[in-house]
This record gives sequence, C-alpha cells and structure tokens, in this order.
Amino acid sequence: MTGSRVLLDPTDERSPSIRERAPRLGSLDGRTIGLLDISKPRGDVFLDRLEEGLRKSGARILRYKKPTFTKPAPVDLRHEIAVHCDAAVEALAD
Amino acid sequence: MPDPSQAPLPEGLVAFLKRGCPTCELVVPVLAELGAGPGITLYTQDDPEFPDGLEALDETELARSWHHSIEAVPTLLRIEDGKETARTLGWHRGDWEELSGMAGLGAGLPDWRPGCGSLSVDPTREPELRQRFEGGALRSRRVELAALEDEQEAIFERGWTDGLPVVPPTEARVMAMLEGTSRRPDELVAIVPPDLAQGTIEKIAINAVMAGCKPEYLPIVLAAVEAVCNDTFNMHGVQATTMGCTPLIVVNGPIRRAVGMNSGVAVLSPGNRANSTIGRALQLVIRNIGGSRPGGIDRSTFGHPGKLGMCFAEDEEASPWQPLSTDLGVAAGTNAVTVFACEGPRLIVDQLSREPDSLVRSLAACLKATHHPKLGVALSALLVIGPEHGRVFREAGWSKAKLEQELAQALLLRGGDVMRGAGGIAEGLPLPPGAEEAQLPKFRPGALPIVFAGSGAGLFSTVFGGWLTGPEGSQPVTQEIKP
Repeated sequence: MTGSRVLLDPTDERSPSIRERAPRLGSLDGRTIGLLDISKPRGDVFLDRLEEGLRKSGARILRYKKPTFTKPAPVDLRHEIAVHCDAAVEALAD
Repeated sequence: MPDPSQAPLPEGLVAFLKRGCPTCELVVPVLAELGAGPGITLYTQDDPEFPDGLEALDETELARSWHHSIEAVPTLLRIEDGKETARTLGWHRGDWEELSGMAGLGAGLPDWRPGCGSLSVDPTREPELRQRFEGGALRSRRVELAALEDEQEAIFERGWTDGLPVVPPTEARVMAMLEGTSRRPDELVAIVPPDLAQGTIEKIAINAVMAGCKPEYLPIVLAAVEAVCNDTFNMHGVQATTMGCTPLIVVNGPIRRAVGMNSGVAVLSPGNRANSTIGRALQLVIRNIGGSRPGGIDRSTFGHPGKLGMCFAEDEEASPWQPLSTDLGVAAGTNAVTVFACEGPRLIVDQLSREPDSLVRSLAACLKATHHPKLGVALSALLVIGPEHGRVFREAGWSKAKLEQELAQALLLRGGDVMRGAGGIAEGLPLPPGAEEAQLPKFRPGALPIVFAGSGAGLFSTVFGGWLTGPEGSQPVTQEIKP
C-alpha cells in the first residue's frame, strides 16, 4: 500500500439496516389509526376527510400534530404514535 | 502531535546532526571534547558514519527527531530523569558551555554559527513522516484503490463528491490538514443531520481536504459545521425543503485577512480559494457525513448552485457599521462565522439615490419582492450593502440601527395589498376580511441581517432571500472560531 493509493473514507461509515415492514392490517374494524398533521397549511382539511372515511370503516382515530413541518417529529411524539396506534397516516405537503 | 515518550532519549547530553550541515562539521571537535568529558550521545540523521572517528547512532528513520520536535542541526539537549531540561540550536559557545557545564569549548572556533534545517522538518519529507509517526491516530476506514483505478473516477463512483473533482483525501493530506487546529482528531464537533452522524474533527478534516481547503481554513470550517448542526439553524429542514435554500457563511474577525478571504471586488464570485473551499467543505460534510443527497433528503424543487458552497467575508475595514457577528452577540475583533439559510444572491440596482431616505425606500421596494411581493412576516432575507450605497448612509450619519428602523418602516405591507386574492392573485397572506388597513412586517425583527461587502465601484446592493424564520424555521447562528 502506498500512501497516494489509499484514501480515508469521508462518510460516517454506517450501513443502513433494513427493517421488515409491520404486518398489513387485515381490517380497520376496531383498530387505532393515528393521523399526523405536520403543520402544513390545509393538512387538517385532508385529515378531517380521511378521518370521516376511516371512522365509517370502524377505526378508532387519534390525531397528532408536529410543532413545525420544517423539523423531524419530536422523539416523544414518534414514540406516542408507535405505542398507541396500529397504523399511522401522515399528511405531507400542502 | 509529536510525543517524546514514543522515542525516549538516553540520559545526559544528546546531539542531533547531519553530514550535509557545515555547522555540524564545524562542531565535530567540540563533540569529541564532550565525549571525552561528561559524555554525549550523537544521532546522525543522514549518515551514521558521521562524524568521522566518533560513535554515532543511526537516526535515518527520524523518529526521535520527529517526536522531540528537532527543528535544526546541530541541536544539543540535556536529558535528566527522562525529561529534556535544556536545548540549544546551532553552535553558540556560551550556550553549549552552560548546557554541558564544560568551560573552554571549541577553542579556535567562531563564537556563533547558525545550524541547518533538521531533516524531520524538510518540507519534502514532513507529510510522509507525519503520516508514519502520527497517522495511527486516525480512525477512518482506509480505502485502497486498485492498481488500474483512477483516483477521481473512484471517488465519483463512491458518491463522495458534489459532481466536481475533489482533492483525494490521502492520509498524509489529512494529517497536514489537522495541523490547522489544536483540537484532537477524535473530538466530536457536531451531530450532523440528516443521518445524525458523528462529525469528528477527523471526518471534517477529510472533507476539508476534498474541498481544497488549506489547513489554516480548518478552524473556520469547524465553526461553520458547529453553527449549522443545531435546532436553531435546523440544517435538516434547510436541506430537506422544496424551497431549496442552503447555508451562507459570513466570516468576521482578523482571520478573514489572515487566510486571504475576499470581501471586496467580485466578493460572491468563485476564484478566491478560501471563500470557495470553506463553503464547499461545509457542503461536503453535510453530504458525506450527514448523508444528504439531492433526491434523497434534499427534496428541493430546483436546487441551488450555491449548494456547491456559499461563503464570503464582511469588509469590516470599509464598513461604516459594526460587523454582523457583533450584531449577533460576539465581541468585535473576535473571529466568528455566521450561517444564514438562503437562496442565491440577487442584485439591487439604484444608481440615482444620493439621499438615505430615497435609498432606503428603494432597497425596501426590492426587498418586498423576495419570495413573493404578497408574502412576508415569517420569511427572512440577508442584505449585503455595497460600498457605494454604504457611503450614502455614512455621509448622512445613519447608524445600522437607524437603517434597520427605517427599513422596517418602509417594509410594512398593507393588508389590502397582500391578502389572498388581492390584485387578482390567489397567493398572499391569510388575513381576515376587514384587515385591509392592517400593517404587517415583511420581515420580523432580526430576520433581515445586514452585511457590508463588495467593490467600491457600483451603486448596488445584494439580497439573499432567506427561508422560514423563527423557531419553526431556521434562525441565523453566529459561532466563535476556535483555534
């Protein structure tokens, strides 16, 4: 190995782990669905309509909101959704 | 850093020599006198046969010279209990007599002769020696290229560049870069978004090498990385937004001049090495350490040529006002960077205003158009006042506070002009009916920082349209530059 042919890795040297998707829900009846508003304008309009439809299918709905769309969801909020919901829908963009 | 414990020296007198040095040749009789007297250990850097007739140890590997920071030959040292207690460089009779405790040394020799450079500081050998003796401190993965692999092509294929060639980050170059800071390679500078990866001094130095930085720029790069990687600047959001803004780095303090940054003619152009490569290094850090890529976390609709790097220095000497860093809380004369999330620059032309009242209205009219003439309140901008515009304010005795106050007044938006639907344009501020006569700020207080730069010819200023500001967006961050 000569010096000029060996480079130092400029990355963080991590390799992404691949995780299995959660099993799909066979039915919405009696399930808890989280609806996450990311605080973009009119995200609530979209989620209100979605909630109506999901309730008709027998789902229980929990609504969540990120403080701002410009930052990742706070870790506590992510944990709360994961603990309380069987599935979640996030309303992206406006 | 050299470490004397890595290459212990024997007790008593020790001298470092090389055959190619006339002063070393000159002191051979003195070395013989010391050998016959208190005793002395000789290390010869080039030829262990030198000095003729005296016993010398082979120092061609230069490990002792490196770890004991020998700068010149001859160097005479006194070692007591394993520690250096005295040192003299070259030949100086008084110093040698005092150090050895022997009087009457070197009869017939001149009183004083300077020595020659030590081989351990020879510029052609120093990078290789640094790598050999200190490279073990680096922890990054070594990537060995195959014999037929082109260095640049290999780097492109690994996705490590911004689309332009980089300086290959060899161990020797990274070691040389680390000389630019007194901080240890494994020190953590910041957790770098979006992957929340560890931005150590070493990893940042590797990217600074690739960007083309000189070692003396490294402290500025480190400060810039620290400045963007926090919740206040919100690098994750800046990188992810469809609006496509990116950090602009403004440098203040004496370091601007020390490293040769441009704050004058064509201040925003590429071409000045410090301006170009400091900005680029920050971008490579976000890309390579943080893991952001266009189309990955970077979702900008159009992107931004400034994502190659945007960095310039304020012209503090010509400015009528205190520097930007001082506006943001750092003492004047302190080296600091300020980062601001923004679009590319846009020129403001006003070649006729000679009175500050006219010029401030003119600037405000142009500033109102950033992002959209009917949007405001939550957005930001950075205003660069050019010297010829600055002169108008200076001659009128306007302080920066006065300029900011007058700009804020001239930048008030009338509700009826900017509400949604007004002027037949759907876009606008979401105001309730009846808010026609409401007065709204184009920018919130503090969301229009002002910098002074540019050449002395041209009645222009420049605006960088910002991004969402306040706690829900990105706020400017000023970071002191540490050595």
